[in-house]
Amino acid sequence: MLTYILKRFGQAIPTLLIVITVSFFLMRLAPGGPFDGERQLPPEIEANLMAAYHLDEPLWSQYLRYMGGLLQGDFGPSFKYKDFSVTDLIMQGFPVSLELGAWAIVLALAIGLPLGIIAALKRNSTVDYVVMGIALGGIAVPNFVIAPIMALVFGVMLAWLPAGGWNGGAWANMVLPVIALSIQQIAAIARLTRASMIEVLGSQYIRTARAKGLSEWEVILHHALRPSLLPVISYLGPAIAGIITGSIVIEQIFGLPGIGRYFVQGALNRDYTLVMGVVVFYGVLIVLLNLIVDLLYSVLDPQIRYDD
Amino acid sequence: MSQDNLPGVAKSVAPQTFLGAGDSLAMDAWHRLRQNKAAMGSLIILVVLAIVCLIGPLLLPWGLADVDWENFMSPPSFESTHYLGTDANGRDLLVRTLYGGQISLSVALVATAVSLVIGVLYGAIAGYFGGRIDSLMMRFVDIMFSLPFMFMVILLMVVFGRNILLIYAAIGAVEWLDMARIVRGQVLALKRREFVEAAQALGVKDSKIVTRHLIPNAIGPVIVYVTLTVPKVILLESFLSFLGLGVQEPLTSWGVLISEGREMMESAPWLLITPSVFLAVTLFCLNFLGDGLRDALDPKTR
Repeated sequence: MLTYILKRFGQAIPTLLIVITVSFFLMRLAPGGPFDGERQLPPEIEANLMAAYHLDEPLWSQYLRYMGGLLQGDFGPSFKYKDFSVTDLIMQGFPVSLELGAWAIVLALAIGLPLGIIAALKRNSTVDYVVMGIALGGIAVPNFVIAPIMALVFGVMLAWLPAGGWNGGAWANMVLPVIALSIQQIAAIARLTRASMIEVLGSQYIRTARAKGLSEWEVILHHALRPSLLPVISYLGPAIAGIITGSIVIEQIFGLPGIGRYFVQGALNRDYTLVMGVVVFYGVLIVLLNLIVDLLYSVLDPQIRYDD
Repeated sequence: MSQDNLPGVAKSVAPQTFLGAGDSLAMDAWHRLRQNKAAMGSLIILVVLAIVCLIGPLLLPWGLADVDWENFMSPPSFESTHYLGTDANGRDLLVRTLYGGQISLSVALVATAVSLVIGVLYGAIAGYFGGRIDSLMMRFVDIMFSLPFMFMVILLMVVFGRNILLIYAAIGAVEWLDMARIVRGQVLALKRREFVEAAQALGVKDSKIVTRHLIPNAIGPVIVYVTLTVPKVILLESFLSFLGLGVQEPLTSWGVLISEGREMMESAPWLLITPSVFLAVTLFCLNFLGDGLRDALDPKTR
């Protein structure tokens, strides 16, 4: 087990290096410098600026400097928000994005799992068709369509909840964004749970459990549930990545001060260091969370042995 | 090599399946698909939608960028010939939505084709040669898989500007990974079969065995995966355009229109609803069609 963990760590490191290296060199390939476009600066000032941001050094030394900074949690200065470092901006936005994302994952599991299980148990009934129809809708209709419509209906027309804003993380302000963020994952988890539950319920040992006279509840709780959750656990990695990606749009739509909004602002303003900082930050986060999900899976699935 | 030892694409597509005499897999799949009402309905809607998007703008009195100075943000009406209303700049929403549909369709076709070519060749080569080449190539795919791709695509768009050709290439380059895995699995299973051995014994070159014998035989799952890739690609493009990182003026796309509509939704909800409905219907139908095709082509459901 320990060797497996170490091996997976060993695999995550080159991935992280690729993310960081590709982002770095892509950014440096960009046509034009970061100080173009505003006013035409006198050459001396531009030279000073370039020196202040170490842009006059050779590329490899800039790369090493950036990597060295990353190891200390320093993403470099933002080119547009002159008074802030990229680390400051990320750390300002992260609590908001984290709170949003965590609730979205919890909601996705809390609704998706039961829906999938019910649909599987009532297979080919009206309940099943309704649940799967809604789930298909949740997968087919993107969150940037659902979110504005939800804001329009519940925020503007009915005025039940605020249509946007963060308000210090007030409960009412979070309801719509969290739901909008989790709908796609609720749908995916429900479909996945249903499919794997149906497969498990058709297997031999479930027939044996029924044959020895266990009640339907005991069969489901003690025998069917755990194995049918395994595919859902391995889906958690992509689900988290999906929620992080989705949060970019959702934060934009509801005007929430999370990382996603800085990211889009940075992307539109060509604030290269900020964009790159967010890519690296979320890249590292996704790779690490994937690692954790993999390890969790290996703990929960008794069929997998990682001894060799 | 003569043509007659080629397993034709349409004739014997999936060799693992056992078919009734004279019933090719393609015909069989078509029969099964025709019985699936949701999939057939979706197919018809998609064809109609594509035709309307292509021909519709020619029949309407307004152009993509024409400004109607008398109708700014006017609701849908027949009298003004703005059947779905106008936007804040007095441009006809129906025409813009149909042009947006053309962009979505073209992205879907080109980006899917890019991912198809890369994925199929990559997967087929890895599967055919096997051994160290295979493990090296698939290791690369594994690493690519764990990259946060959405962010890399956004980075690409930021760095190289918002060029539609780049959107095609970037999305296609993102979506080939699954395809490569599927094709590799198929080819691994196929390459031990007699017809490949026979071709090798006849001295056929490796490149020809891969392109003429292995890829055509692995086509069933590929078709299914392509229909599932198309909605993903359309979604990705609208996502980028929604953020303002995709298609740029004067061109438009459903993502751009939804984003514009969102800003006006309190005073002019039709600007949000129209492109949303077009996008949602398209994605719905593509998903139904993909599910239907999977059921029709999957030997397990037989």
